[in-house]
Amino acid sequence: MQDSTVIRFVDVHKAYSGASVLNGLSLEVRRGRTLGIMGPSGTGKSVTLRHIIGLTRADSGQVLVEDRDVAQLHRKEMRELRRRMGYVFQEGALINWLSVEENVALPLRESTSLSEEDISERVQAKLKLVHIGDTGSKMPSEISGGMKKRVGLARALITDPELILYDEPNAGLDPEIARSINRQIRELSQKLDVTAIVVEHRIDCIRAVADEVIFLDEGRALVHAGSPEEFFESDHPRLLRFFGEAETKDNP
Amino acid sequence: MSFLRQFLENTGFLFSLLFKAFTRLDVIPRRRRMIAYHMYNGGVGVLHVVILVGLFMGMIVALQTGIELSRIGQQDQIGIIVAISMAREMGPFITATILSATVGSAIAAEIGTMAVSEELAALEVMSIDRVRYLVVPRLVALAVMCPILTIICDTIGIFGGGFVASSQLHVGYQLYMDSALDALLPTSELIGIPKDVYAGLLKSFVFGVIIAGISCAQGLRATGGALGVGHATRGAVRDSIIAIIISNYFMTWAMYQA
Repeated sequence: MQDSTVIRFVDVHKAYSGASVLNGLSLEVRRGRTLGIMGPSGTGKSVTLRHIIGLTRADSGQVLVEDRDVAQLHRKEMRELRRRMGYVFQEGALINWLSVEENVALPLRESTSLSEEDISERVQAKLKLVHIGDTGSKMPSEISGGMKKRVGLARALITDPELILYDEPNAGLDPEIARSINRQIRELSQKLDVTAIVVEHRIDCIRAVADEVIFLDEGRALVHAGSPEEFFESDHPRLLRFFGEAETKDNP
Repeated sequence: MSFLRQFLENTGFLFSLLFKAFTRLDVIPRRRRMIAYHMYNGGVGVLHVVILVGLFMGMIVALQTGIELSRIGQQDQIGIIVAISMAREMGPFITATILSATVGSAIAAEIGTMAVSEELAALEVMSIDRVRYLVVPRLVALAVMCPILTIICDTIGIFGGGFVASSQLHVGYQLYMDSALDALLPTSELIGIPKDVYAGLLKSFVFGVIIAGISCAQGLRATGGALGVGHATRGAVRDSIIAIIISNYFMTWAMYQA
């Protein structure tokens, strides 16, 4: 079961207002692995994640999660599927009138019949897991960008998902906090044995968290490497050009 | 053509949203805290504005009509005119306009900001129904608070008119109040409430639903960052006021003409 395919994109096309974003994307993610998706801005990385969780539908092609076409799922089936997934948004996407604890507890309060004691216990456990156990009573406006990411991560983990999607977990963070977030992503993948997809254009993040890497360019997978080492040693001219730009961005 | 298409899209979205909200009212007990919060924001938060505007509207109506009536020696009729115009039209309309400019715009901005900062997407990912979570509490709160504020606006307006009548138009305060109450009482009643009052309150209820529905719809459809939120806020106030005026005409026709 360890190597079974959890997610499969088959020739997926997606365009917005006539502008093509995904252009025949095909990829596979195996159970228990962390796939890093790199690529320049606007090449469809986040859109790829949104297809998996059903926020966006493909114009053509198939997005299969455990061999079920996401576009064909009924509302109830989609709800069930989403309960088994966690999604970490770029800016955290915390509900701003709820405290940190209430944000993390939200999926449990809304979708389960757990008692308040059980919810509180699980919330505290998840906050501790992402090293922010003492911020529960704070409001989103009172915490830093890095903490918001961690709260978003705790919220994504609260339902014990089997699949976690990270949308640029390092965006807008200083290198120290970014390293700490990357360590946590890696730690969680190993500790909880989840399947993950990390969309990021920072080389250090992909190097730290991914088991395998694909490079998206113009809406299709240009390079698919079995390990970060193999990926970063590639001499593909497009990759070399991107690395040159990305290294400059990472180390200005 | 694109204007017509946009109008039809917005109207369709609004009616679909209102239909969904009315079929999800079973969530009210669960959302009572959130409803109370929005009732406070939409009620107590704008009470001072309603009182101030209602008071001066009553005074203006009394002064404008009183000057003309005093020329023909009929100034003792001021109470009738102020009471009926406040209860039937001015109270509901003024309250609804204030609510759309204050609470409606805030709802559109709040939900619009959630839309552009991916909070709505986060709700969807968590399988949380945005209509149950965001729309129903606001809709119920405004549908309840708009009539309550209208009663306050009507009452304050009538008192304001009385102040002008007695201090500037030489109509005795008691005479003014007696004629005002007499004007409201003889018409048909519903569970002891005079027709002019319940007709006004029914309008207010509809206005509350319109403001909440349009504001939520504008917020939910916001795209494009801060600019989109501004556009949604402006659209919420503009469309609410237009819808209030048009629906007001048809409700007046249905209740008084038909």
